[in-house]
Amino acid sequence: MEDIKEITCELAVVGAGMTGMAASLFAANRGIDTVQIGVASQIIFSSGLMDILGVHPVEEGKTWDDPFLALDQLMADLPDHPYARVRKNHILKSFQEVTDFLAEGGLVYQVNKGRNTRVLTSLGTLKPTYGVPLTMWNGVRGLEEKQPGLIIDIKGLRGFSALQIAETLAPEWPGLKHARISFPDMQKAQEVYTEPMARSLAVPENREKLAGLIRPLAKDVSIVGIPAILGIQNPQDVQQHLEEMIGCPIFEIPTMPPSIPGLRIKETFEMKLPEKGARLKYQNRVSQISRDKDAFLLEIGSGSPVSRVRARGVILATGRFLGKGLYADRKAIREPLLNLPVYQPGLRPEWHRFDFMDPRGHLINRAGLEIDDQFRPLDNTGKPVFDRLFAAGSILAHQDWMRMKCGSGMAMATAYAAVNSFIEATR
Amino acid sequence: MPASNVLQTQVLIIGGGITGAGIARDLALRGLNCILAERYDVNAGASGANHGLLHSGARYVSNDATAAEECRQEGELLKKLAAGCIEDTGGLFVAIQGDDDNFVADFPGLCARSGIEARPLSLEEAREMEPVLSDKMVAAYQVPDASVDPFKLTLENILQARSLGSTLLRHSEVVGFEIENRRIVRTRLKNLLTDEEFLVEAEQVVNASGAWAKSVAALAGCPVNLLYSKGSLLVTHNRITQKVINRLRPSSNADILVPGGTVSILGTTSIRIEDLSAIHPTVKEIDYILEEGSAMIPALEKMRYIRAYAGVRPLLGSTTAGDDRSVSRGFALLDHRENNLTNFSTITGGKLTTYRLMAEKTADLVCQKIGTTAPCLTRTEPLPSGTGAKWTKPGLTPKLWAKHHDPDDQLLCECEMVPKSVVDSLISSIHEQNGTPDLKALGVRSRIGKGACQGTFCALRTSAYLYDTGEVKGDEGLNGIQAFISERWRGIRPLLWDTPLIQAELQEAIYCGMFGLEIKSCSTIL
Repeated sequence: MEDIKEITCELAVVGAGMTGMAASLFAANRGIDTVQIGVASQIIFSSGLMDILGVHPVEEGKTWDDPFLALDQLMADLPDHPYARVRKNHILKSFQEVTDFLAEGGLVYQVNKGRNTRVLTSLGTLKPTYGVPLTMWNGVRGLEEKQPGLIIDIKGLRGFSALQIAETLAPEWPGLKHARISFPDMQKAQEVYTEPMARSLAVPENREKLAGLIRPLAKDVSIVGIPAILGIQNPQDVQQHLEEMIGCPIFEIPTMPPSIPGLRIKETFEMKLPEKGARLKYQNRVSQISRDKDAFLLEIGSGSPVSRVRARGVILATGRFLGKGLYADRKAIREPLLNLPVYQPGLRPEWHRFDFMDPRGHLINRAGLEIDDQFRPLDNTGKPVFDRLFAAGSILAHQDWMRMKCGSGMAMATAYAAVNSFIEATR
Repeated sequence: MPASNVLQTQVLIIGGGITGAGIARDLALRGLNCILAERYDVNAGASGANHGLLHSGARYVSNDATAAEECRQEGELLKKLAAGCIEDTGGLFVAIQGDDDNFVADFPGLCARSGIEARPLSLEEAREMEPVLSDKMVAAYQVPDASVDPFKLTLENILQARSLGSTLLRHSEVVGFEIENRRIVRTRLKNLLTDEEFLVEAEQVVNASGAWAKSVAALAGCPVNLLYSKGSLLVTHNRITQKVINRLRPSSNADILVPGGTVSILGTTSIRIEDLSAIHPTVKEIDYILEEGSAMIPALEKMRYIRAYAGVRPLLGSTTAGDDRSVSRGFALLDHRENNLTNFSTITGGKLTTYRLMAEKTADLVCQKIGTTAPCLTRTEPLPSGTGAKWTKPGLTPKLWAKHHDPDDQLLCECEMVPKSVVDSLISSIHEQNGTPDLKALGVRSRIGKGACQGTFCALRTSAYLYDTGEVKGDEGLNGIQAFISERWRGIRPLLWDTPLIQAELQEAIYCGMFGLEIKSCSTIL
């Protein structure tokens, strides 16, 4: 039992979603000895779009052209929202620091300065967002200018229909053509998946084969949209190579999960964070956290713990129900790691609306941890539970990232705030 | 109104539940031509929201001997004639510590009185049959209960009626009757998809609209006295028992567990309601069913549930207060001659188990009015097992998939393993029935959306497929997804804790977080 490996660090970041990744980056960039622990499996559910704020108030479904004007309104209307506790300029700073880092790793994001952008999805909807993977940017322009376009889908890639996109988008982008191809060397497969296709495009010959299939279809159009499978690393290079061979701009369309743009974020962090000095433990979850005199003790792995981390401070970025940061039984919502108090939005009959698409959103999405301005979770008397325990991201109460379209921005801004608070607390 | 908007038939049947379907088949077998008009889709009411239990009759021996005997006779007949829709599981009645000893003691004698075989079991025997039964079980009897697939049963009745020349009209709501000389000369209907009105001229009109019989009859000025009792049920993620399990006590909440394919169904509640517009299971009911059900089978407390639903029992009116279960479960056939209408009748009440008998009696009345003497054949003719009606059974598609599949066939629904080929055959059978093969219609006829992902992935895949095959255009597919998800949501909402809650969060993360489906109508503001 006692030969369990124990490592010591200044800051332990628990969770491997966008918030945990961003927190580890900010900490490492500031010279903090950081260990990040968690399972990064949920990120394939991310479209790779980086929202800052798209909708407020949700009950009105009001979408915003300028996310920063929207933020002013939100901070005034919802003083308990996590955004209302961060400095406004830190929202853009944290976004910049993350996207600079990703660009260093070969994953470039594009923004429409100070404005939200509408990005075409595989459903044919237009999703308002802020940071857009460069591989999708041509589509943004193509839509604005209503360029003669072609959407390509792939035989066996379920849930992605070029015809559906053309039909649904017709009022906004008329005249879109559609075509289906078989992915090179996968013609026989009845079902094809995004990840093997993306990985195969790392090989230039496979790109040549793919371009050879698309080129004859793209004769009369000036832009081509395809499912988001343009490689995992350096997708811009894959895109550029294909464009040269096809002879016109192409763009990616985010697909239903498993989503390659989400996977790219994960792989870039995984590859580049250690270079910044952060130590990553992405194989196991933290199963228990305890506190002795002045350090936190984190047990990693379930059953008999695999290893142990001793840290001066902890940032809890374990997410919501899907990430296992929150858990609900029939009676109540709990925080399973430290049994922290959770803001309860009423009893179970009130958790969810009768209509899934109720514009007001579901009350359960407002559940989560209550924090102070230092992002420290509070106990039932309103005092911080521990002086160096911080929480960030979607586990926080009084927000609804899915309806507000603020997931990534909130993840980064609150991680930024939590890291800053850790620095202040340990100075 | 142009002539193309006037349809002619011998008998117009209103209501596409099991009763209407049974009447259509019965009349068709007697050589009559019918139109079966349904407001939404087949089994949209109580026929689609019950246990799927083929009663041996034992349930009713203490309070309704007539109903018990009818169930026994009809159950025996259907096991022979509609075997393809029935899983002859057998059933148990079990009493738990604290249940009424007198009731337990009277049970075998009452069963014998109604001719129902109730075999006493030792507790060991019972537990060997069903190991999940509570340690607190004190008595057990085996009875000939069985499990029936109500969708398959209805669809196959309709299929045979259609093969004999009758017509099913879905999405067709009766909005009025034109009456002349004590006859309904024309019935006015509205196609709810197109909002267009049309007329049906029929010699006879049968109101088989279940809980809605009162409001349909009222359109013709005829009173029908009905009470409405809502019952909620829960579907488990796995099949819990091999046999039907009944609590051996006077009928109460959550005392029946019925297996069907790979799942089990637990219920039900009985709540008097006045308004038929908002029928959904509530969190309170679900918690109550769980607490009651786990007295009989403790494992039910921790089980994963995939869906809840509620139906309305149309009960024949009486003004006495008390538990609705004591109100007659028998059926009523009303000849509206009494209300000065010579060619209009209403059939309502009853049970799934006795649908054939109800159809026979109704058809007898219709034939007598029309003046034909053709005899009823459903007592002897087996129900043909059609190909379009088999995809509703839990566990069937995975079985077939594992056995054999075309290498070009894709799974559109992975939880329940529904492939493209099944969707194709459903699309063509819906077309044959003059229907619109949208997601909801496919959901009614298959296991799509009924698995662990709660429709999250299969709705997206199936919708893309509907676009590819040209079945939906413009934003119809997106609207179809919303309608389908809303429909499923009603059944999922009261079950959201533990794993299903995580699944619901994922669904919202994809539909709202990723795709912004909820704001698609507002997206032009940008």
